[in-house]
Amino acid sequence: MPDGPPILDIAGVSKTYRTGAGEIHALSDASLTIDKGEFVCLIGASGCGKSTLLRLIGGFEVPSAGSVKMYGAPVSRPGPDRGMVFQDYALFPWLTVRGNIAFGPKARGLSRQEVRAACDHFIDMVGLARFADVYPHQLSGGMRQRVAIARVLANNAQIILMDEPFGALDAMTRERLQEELLELWQRTKLTVIFVTHAIEEAILLANRVVIMTPGPGRIQSDNRVGLARPRDVASPEFNAIRRELSRLLVSHHGAKMPAAARPQLRALV
Amino acid sequence: MIRNDGRSHPAAAIVSALVRSTWPVVVPIAGLVLWWLATKDKPASLVPAPAEVGRALWDLAVGGLYDDAFSATLLTHLLASVSRVYGGFLLAALIGVPLGLMIGRIGVVRAMFEPTLQILRPVPVTAWLPLAMILFGIGPRSAFFLVFLGAFYPILVNTIFGVRSVDPRLFEAASMLGASSSAIFPKVVLPAALPSIFTGLRLGLGFAWVVIVVGEMTGVQTGLGAIIMEARQLSRTEIVIAGMVVIGIAGFLSDQFVQWLGRRLLRWSPQYA
Repeated sequence: MPDGPPILDIAGVSKTYRTGAGEIHALSDASLTIDKGEFVCLIGASGCGKSTLLRLIGGFEVPSAGSVKMYGAPVSRPGPDRGMVFQDYALFPWLTVRGNIAFGPKARGLSRQEVRAACDHFIDMVGLARFADVYPHQLSGGMRQRVAIARVLANNAQIILMDEPFGALDAMTRERLQEELLELWQRTKLTVIFVTHAIEEAILLANRVVIMTPGPGRIQSDNRVGLARPRDVASPEFNAIRRELSRLLVSHHGAKMPAAARPQLRALV
Repeated sequence: MIRNDGRSHPAAAIVSALVRSTWPVVVPIAGLVLWWLATKDKPASLVPAPAEVGRALWDLAVGGLYDDAFSATLLTHLLASVSRVYGGFLLAALIGVPLGLMIGRIGVVRAMFEPTLQILRPVPVTAWLPLAMILFGIGPRSAFFLVFLGAFYPILVNTIFGVRSVDPRLFEAASMLGASSSAIFPKVVLPAALPSIFTGLRLGLGFAWVVIVVGEMTGVQTGLGAIIMEARQLSRTEIVIAGMVVIGIAGFLSDQFVQWLGRRLLRWSPQYA
């Protein structure tokens, strides 16, 4: 769909924090265009600015330079069109599963029936029908993250921002949620921007892996992953991509990468 | 028939429940026995024997033993104290919670009030007694004021703490879901601060019971503090102790009630559930 501006256009974005000890360049001159329906993983070592970039897209931070535009309109504050899924869930502990999912639709002023219908639909979608009236502290980590995902889906989010959402979960639960997320993404045609520091997770999920490097945080390369789905983590193709991305991730040690304002999209398969 | 193992056998379960329920009474009974041993065969002792206190308590409650000025007056005094405790406590909550919410949330209010309150807070309630009697006169109004003061600070401090310690992620989550900035306070700050506010109310009510005796030293005629002071002047130590027992039990029951309320209202909170 070449008509109209892309769902997300990040142009020359920098973010500098002023602290007592001086300035911290969290993100330097990052540019990225994301199309509707893409699954993009931001990956890199801590301090590479991947979470900062995500928070800028979310509107939780304002760029020091450059612009973040959604369908051509500048992003200036958080909004329901960009749903954030936090690593620590950030569910409202005083609301039940249903109450948490209903929070957004209620805040947007939907009628009682509409709120109820949206809740039922998305509670069902994430498989929590039996736990609708349970409070978050009574749920496991995996279930809490399902609630957090349903909460942004119920709010008609068009972009889902995920900040290491499965980082605090055990391996088995993480695998299940990765599968569920992929199924959800394929079914809903949503745009997902997913921050992780695990290469394997990035290759498993994304059709684009953006590698970022620290000091100051910048985008180092933008890689398309064309592997057929479902992806087999044990296949030679998967391993070849893993090797290549690992190489790119460590290559910034020593040689300074040329600052490509808008890195060329490379195809890995 | 298949035999149950000892743990799930119904009789064994009842026995173990009985054993568990006896633990809380071990210390009071041991205290009573020591007290009884210490006062036995000492008719000139200034400390009355437990049985004497028991008789005084009975006479205070229903009368018929001594027929003096104290007989059958317990209900009057208890009600007077309860009304002051809850009255002072409610007023403290009515002022402390909204003020705490504002101090916690609004920078200007915090800058204006907090230093003054921090300086006033260490002043003990007993130190306020003479001034309270000048300001409010000898009588129930002074008692009411002192109870209010005792309950006020824990309520205020815990409310401020609750508002200040809301997880900032929850603000981000709410605004990301489309909550307007005016909706943040009722939808996020208030519910998130509730467990702390409740802790403050519970502590405040406890302090209200603590200061009631001081409050009723201001020359009021009724109240548990008043009979303790009066019995002291008449050297009726058994009535002093009987009054102490009643205050202890009343404060305990009132705290149990607040805790029960907390468990019902804050079922969502891992602190209370």
